Amino acid sequence: MTWYLVRRIGQSIAVVIGVMILTFILVHFEPGSTARAVLGQKASPARIALFDNTYGLNRSLPVQFWLYCDNVLHGNFGISYVYGQPVSTLIAQRLPRDAVLLGLSTLLALLIGVPMGLYQAIHHGTLRDDVVAGTWFTLYSAPDFMEALLLIAIFCVHFQWLQAAFPGGITSVGGLFADPSAMVLPVVVLSINSVAGFSQYMRSSAIEELAQDYIRTARAKGLRERLILTRHLLRNALLPIVTILGLSLPNIVAGAVIAEAIFNFPGMGLLFWSSALQHDFPVLLGATLIIGVATVVGNLLADITYGVLDPRIRHAIA
Amino acid sequence: MQSPDGITVAPPVGVPAGGEIAGPAVSRNLLLDDFLHSKRAMGACGVVVLLILFCFVGPLIYRTNQTFTNLALENLPPGAGHPLGTDQYGIDILGRLMVGGQSSLELGFSVAIASTVIGALYGALSGMIGGVVDAFLMRIVDTLLAVPTFILLLICASMFNLSLLTIILLLTLLSWPYVCRLVRAQVLSLKTREFVQASTTMGSTRTRILIRHMVPNTFNIFIVTTTFAVADAIYALSALSFLGLGPPPPFEDWGTQLTDGVGNLFNSYPWEVYPALIVLVITVLAFRQIGDALNDISSARSTVR
Repeated sequence: MTWYLVRRIGQSIAVVIGVMILTFILVHFEPGSTARAVLGQKASPARIALFDNTYGLNRSLPVQFWLYCDNVLHGNFGISYVYGQPVSTLIAQRLPRDAVLLGLSTLLALLIGVPMGLYQAIHHGTLRDDVVAGTWFTLYSAPDFMEALLLIAIFCVHFQWLQAAFPGGITSVGGLFADPSAMVLPVVVLSINSVAGFSQYMRSSAIEELAQDYIRTARAKGLRERLILTRHLLRNALLPIVTILGLSLPNIVAGAVIAEAIFNFPGMGLLFWSSALQHDFPVLLGATLIIGVATVVGNLLADITYGVLDPRIRHAIA
Repeated sequence: MQSPDGITVAPPVGVPAGGEIAGPAVSRNLLLDDFLHSKRAMGACGVVVLLILFCFVGPLIYRTNQTFTNLALENLPPGAGHPLGTDQYGIDILGRLMVGGQSSLELGFSVAIASTVIGALYGALSGMIGGVVDAFLMRIVDTLLAVPTFILLLICASMFNLSLLTIILLLTLLSWPYVCRLVRAQVLSLKTREFVQASTTMGSTRTRILIRHMVPNTFNIFIVTTTFAVADAIYALSALSFLGLGPPPPFEDWGTQLTDGVGNLFNSYPWEVYPALIVLVITVLAFRQIGDALNDISSARSTVR
């Protein structure tokens, strides 16, 4: 286990460095010079030279990469061209709101996906299994932005039950719930994609576990079916879901950009989208770096948790 | 999932020179055989063929003006002359659907094929070589996988002026790592199999093993990812257009039509959004169904084996 941990952490560090190199390369692909973007088109050559000198932009590429890493490790992601604020501040303001949105939608997806997968596994090979699978497959295949718009058309325009968009000027997590009905659709839309994944993994893992000897033993000793499912099957079949939770982070983040753009949710996704439209590169690259690191950490945690939870894995990799 | 007549396709025992008992032709034919017998896969393939005919042959039969704005015809409801109505520029929606589909389909197929070829070769090579080189090559793949494709696509869309060709290149560049991962895993397990070891013992070069054994035996895997890649690429382009970051006009795809239609969804021209939406869902569903059916077939095969 220790050797495995050391290797996995080593790999993760390599990937984090890789992500930093990637964003560094993207910074240098940025059209026009950083100095002009910050100082404006009319800046005098002397001011540009001074700016380049101050920020080390006239140094060699390896030195610049070193400076970039140094800045990033000190939490300095640059200044937004549009907002004129440090990127780290802009992102730090929004991260808690995203944690709420992504947390709620993942929770909802688990609450629907896990029982659904279990239901499919118990009835696998029958029409019920196919109907459930088919329904989620269709929902998963439909573009999420269209699902969002159709839900708006139904629940906000036709029935007028829910708010279609967040008002501007929300500055706190509590502000998100000022009108709770605005939270409903973003959470639902974001969870739709994850449900399909969770239920399918749950289904295949539960089918595998149902064929195990310990289930037969439990049945043979006359345990009630409900207890077999909740006490024995559920615990063991839930294991792979832990890994999927870690791996699904990139997809959820990508979905969040679209959902936040539609519902005007004041999170990282909306910031990312508006920055892309306004060519605000420091924000884009800072956010990318954070998402990349979060994904790497998520995968690492998933692997470690899996090892801790499953003694078979723990001994196999020891 | 089993097809007894599939087995008869296999050539009789006669072991070829390379000791390839599980030769490449056999597994491919079995897969194809199951594929041809799967109603789901064949139905979805039929839909794809119809879509291709609709987009590429359709405009030859159903001729419409797709170039000039005609405000006398703007926002007409579906009816005679314009079966699906017209949009805010007075352009026939059915005709626009056909033309827009061309770029969506071209993109989907190009990205899927290019990223599969690159990913399969890279993954197979990396797995074959192994050791430090493999570790280094895989960290590059991990890096690209760590950042969501769509996020990188948005950044690139913000940095460069996109055209259909640049989007194809970008999406290929961003989506091959997925194929690569799967193919490498398969190659690692194939490396230890007897027929590969036998081939090595008989003096086959690495290149020969790669081309004769590795690539054909990973065929099952990358054919599945290819079909999923078509759906993902079409979806990514439409989402990009929807977010207003797609190629500038006169570029047309289903995403731009959706975006225009959405603007009119809530002001009583709802017919402008549904055609593009329905066609997009059907296309993505069809490709995902083919991929899913292939996945079922090949995983059933591997458990039988």
